[in-house]
Amino acid sequence: MFGFGLLSGLIFLPLVGAAFILSQRGDDEATRNNVRWAALITTLATFLLSLWAWKLFDPASSGFQLVEESRWIGSGLSYKLGVDGISMPFVLLTTFLMPFCIGASWVSIQHRVKEYMVCFLLLETLMIGVFSALDLVLFYVFFEGGLIPMFLIIGVWGGKRRIYASFKFFLYTLIGSLLMLLAIMAMYGVAGTTDIVALLKTDFPVSMQKYLWLAFFASFAVKMPMWPVHTWLPDAHVEAPTAGSVILAGILLKMGGYGFIRFSLPMFPDASQYFAPLVWTLSIIAIIYTSLVALVQEDMKKLIAYSSVAHMGFVTMGLFSMNTQGVQGAVFQMVSHGLVAGALFLCVGVVYDRIHTRDIAAYGGLVQRMPLYALVFMVFTMANVGLPGTSGFVGEFLTLIGAFGANAWVAFFATTGVILSAAYALYLYRRIIFGVLEKPALAGIMDLDAREIALFAPLLLLTIYYGVHPGPILDACAASVDHLVKGFDAALAATKTAALALH
Amino acid sequence: MYTAIVFLPLLGFLIAGAFGRSLGPRPSELVTTSLLVISAILSWIAFIHVGLGEAPASTPVLGAWINSGALNIEWALRIDTLTVVMLVVVTSVSCLVHLYSIGYMHEDPSRPRFFAYLSLFTFAMLMLVTADNLVQMFFGWEGVGLASYLLIGFWYEKPSACAAAIKAFVVNRVGDFGFALGIFLVFALTGSVAFDTIFAAAPGLAGKQIHIFGMNADAMTVTCLLLFMGAMGKSAQFLLHTWLPDAMEGPTPVSALIHAATMVTAGVFMVARLSPLFEQAPVALTFVTIVGATTAFFAATIGLVQNDIKRVIAYSTCSQLGYMFVALGVGGYSLGIFHLFTHAFFKALLFLGAGSVIHAMHHEQDMRKMGGLRKDIPFTFAMMTIGTLALTGFPFTAGYYSKDAIIEAAYATSLHSGAGVYAFLLTVIAAGFTSFYSWRLVFMTFFGERHVAHDDRGHAAHAHDDHGHGHDHAPHESPLVMLIPLALLGFGALFAGLVFSSSFIGHGYEEFWKKALYSGPGNHILYAMHEIPEAVGYVPFVMMAGGFLLALYVYVIAPGTAKRIADANPLLYRFLLNKWYFDELYDLIFVRPAFWLGRLFWKGGDGRIIDGLGPDGISARVIDVTNRVVRLQTGYLYHYAFAMLIGVAALISWYLVGGVR
Repeated sequence: MFGFGLLSGLIFLPLVGAAFILSQRGDDEATRNNVRWAALITTLATFLLSLWAWKLFDPASSGFQLVEESRWIGSGLSYKLGVDGISMPFVLLTTFLMPFCIGASWVSIQHRVKEYMVCFLLLETLMIGVFSALDLVLFYVFFEGGLIPMFLIIGVWGGKRRIYASFKFFLYTLIGSLLMLLAIMAMYGVAGTTDIVALLKTDFPVSMQKYLWLAFFASFAVKMPMWPVHTWLPDAHVEAPTAGSVILAGILLKMGGYGFIRFSLPMFPDASQYFAPLVWTLSIIAIIYTSLVALVQEDMKKLIAYSSVAHMGFVTMGLFSMNTQGVQGAVFQMVSHGLVAGALFLCVGVVYDRIHTRDIAAYGGLVQRMPLYALVFMVFTMANVGLPGTSGFVGEFLTLIGAFGANAWVAFFATTGVILSAAYALYLYRRIIFGVLEKPALAGIMDLDAREIALFAPLLLLTIYYGVHPGPILDACAASVDHLVKGFDAALAATKTAALALH
Repeated sequence: MYTAIVFLPLLGFLIAGAFGRSLGPRPSELVTTSLLVISAILSWIAFIHVGLGEAPASTPVLGAWINSGALNIEWALRIDTLTVVMLVVVTSVSCLVHLYSIGYMHEDPSRPRFFAYLSLFTFAMLMLVTADNLVQMFFGWEGVGLASYLLIGFWYEKPSACAAAIKAFVVNRVGDFGFALGIFLVFALTGSVAFDTIFAAAPGLAGKQIHIFGMNADAMTVTCLLLFMGAMGKSAQFLLHTWLPDAMEGPTPVSALIHAATMVTAGVFMVARLSPLFEQAPVALTFVTIVGATTAFFAATIGLVQNDIKRVIAYSTCSQLGYMFVALGVGGYSLGIFHLFTHAFFKALLFLGAGSVIHAMHHEQDMRKMGGLRKDIPFTFAMMTIGTLALTGFPFTAGYYSKDAIIEAAYATSLHSGAGVYAFLLTVIAAGFTSFYSWRLVFMTFFGERHVAHDDRGHAAHAHDDHGHGHDHAPHESPLVMLIPLALLGFGALFAGLVFSSSFIGHGYEEFWKKALYSGPGNHILYAMHEIPEAVGYVPFVMMAGGFLLALYVYVIAPGTAKRIADANPLLYRFLLNKWYFDELYDLIFVRPAFWLGRLFWKGGDGRIIDGLGPDGISARVIDVTNRVVRLQTGYLYHYAFAMLIGVAALISWYLVGGVR
């Protein structure tokens, strides 16, 4: 088209915006406004471009589409992009959420606006890269590189304990990354290529699969995050600015889940089968343990962060049930959680911008002054609880029914999560929204303004739309998931036959 | 037409919810109420066509919902006799309650919100009863739960109302836990959640053994028990009943609509709808019988001593739901639905009557402060008396046909089953209790001395929903808009049994139900209950009369007897007054441990163990080493970037080496 493909366009468009923003001189109010508008227009343009990509995308096919490839540094390595039904929803989710992040930072970010927007645009580039890379090394670069802008966002525009938070994240991530790097080298050693399409067709020896699986697991489990490597998340959320939290919960957490679907399940099917009980156990612990922890939180953001960990537990559980409902449910749950958790963090941001505290005890009775806010918060709380008719239900239900098919006990314990999530979410809602408004600091609090309504309306409509009609997402990934599950079963059957033949 | 019945209330909700504040309260009331009236009229037309007429059952499909592999879930409306019976109950009571609320809530500033919630509830309930698959039923199931949560917590300034709302939602979720697992198991067994498919598959699954939850068990028994757990939560059955009395924190019309006539009967509806499954699971049916009988008895004992007028009726509802489950448990699905049908009329009547009393008493709910009201509010008194007669089963009123039939069916079952004996004994005793506490309510409220206290402290406590009736403290009759619904329901309470008894449970059974309910070939309960000894047929009447006479003696002829009996048995009295101490027990074994565990996991698990051994421990070492070398504030990011660069460099070298090779 322009000498490069659509996906490259998606990846580089934010960089163009970033370059434009960097070219702006001065730090007066007018410049800052220009910068904000430039960032917003860039992200909106990227979103429109991704919609076009979606239009070109054929959901009936299970293969990679919009593929583009060019050689990179000599032999072996290549710059290869493409999307299938599993990555397409995530690309869209990324481009969809970005304008909200810019909008959410419109007023609350007042210093170093230029650098802030550049960070976010760079982050967008890297995240789209993660979901569309078809080369393992390229994936690795995007995957790990994406954390650098996030570090900056937390470290520069974050709260009081931002250094502690980013350091914690760093320690967790470091070990996982190094192990994954080693695994990538080993895989190259076996397959002689880092092309993901080729690797998907490679049969790795069963004994080697286990090590590779563990190495990838170390990295993805941290990003997910799974229990017990989740403790960086609440701290990171608490310290991050609102938009940082939205991206963290909305997209960065999904990179781990995406990694599991893209690499662990199809490339190491035997190891996945072997380790599934481990993943289930960790998922169940995550669901019950973090829900209970969420119940006693005193900080709004921490509470939602812990609830995110619990919801990601449903994702990993669904993925490793390795049937259609489980995997599709996991994809759906990730997209839905991106919308719902993102919106919940925006909800926290709304009152934080006004009162400058996240302490739950500082609120109460907000419904009296902020009826619209109460409504919006109610809808997203219910989506978080998994009420049928919201998108939260579809993901939870599918992952649970998938897990039940794999192991009834897993579903049994995970389903207790529906009781606990109701308890902590409604308890939070009651303490913030209901009651008598009697705290002096809240007496003059204003309801949502036009900018905030514009931010929430699309999220709210999509949450309900996908709850009633989840078809668009489920159908988009149906063919690819079907292919994945079939390939998985076939690989397991082959291993079994081989094992029998040896006897 | 069916689509209109279901979606008109949703339209009302959207209009009142979105534009309520700009429209103002009166238009919101009129819009929601008139849409509900249309919906109710259409429902009766549907009832006449499908139930009484020859119109065939149909299932219009509205669209696809969830499609994932073998799992296909559609939005569809299943219209058969069972559905139209429920449509009539739901829309009739709902439209009367809408109408009544115009009067009852006339001083509340948030009326648009109230009417929006009522309509939302009605929509969710209609989705529940028209569901064509388990998941759509679950949608309605949770939807009514949401509406119930919002309406119980309608007066959000009251901490007790907020607590009750959360309790209702969470306890219901405990039931939903079982319901959800039941759905999963049905899908695992039959590969579908659509009613037609699973009903067709059910006979083939009878007696099938599965290995689940570490044991070998009968597949249908486990399925039905799990699904029934959902019914226990929604219908406030023994062990999961604790939310219902607290739900009385909501406005009284809500109690009438949700917590008496419709939502709480969803569990009964569910079991009846799934009769093809339950018929294959006799063990589960026995369990249903026992739970129902236990609830009928246990709730009635608590009802004997409560002093809050609404709580008495709430426990009565709980108890009557127990009767319905006994009916289902002994295989009389139509009996259970029949009692549901008649109960909707007289219990809504009692609640709305109680609302009228409360309205007259300026939002006083304690019966000890009432008395002698029959002269002040004669119409309400008459209607409450009709409701009480129907509830206690006075001959030829609605309850006489349905409740007595349940006791007779329990007797017929007791001839060959221990659970039947248990059910028969407890329902008979509960019938006596029912009569006693119902008449106690009437006597304490309408007879005796006038206790209308001008207690301003008591008033302050209720100030939120009592903005100046002026200073006229004399009890006053309610406005016409509240009395018309009472009259209509009173009419229903008197004649619903007489008119429909033959269709529901008598000779018209076949033509009326047209296979909407399923009875196995060995299920002859509807015949067997007519072949019991004549003397047994008089037992419920004797119990009713006995309860009435005892109440008459204790509260009218010799006032003060009640206090003497209570003083003579302090332990028993306190045990009943405190509702068998269930709230305290649950608080001790569930609520507190949950918070305690949460704190333990947070501070101990996350804080001390994971962070202590992990990042914080390592960072302490790192800081030891690097303290004097780098400035930490900027260091980590560079560390990270550096590590990554080294990694990438190593990778590229590897490639280059590999490439050369």
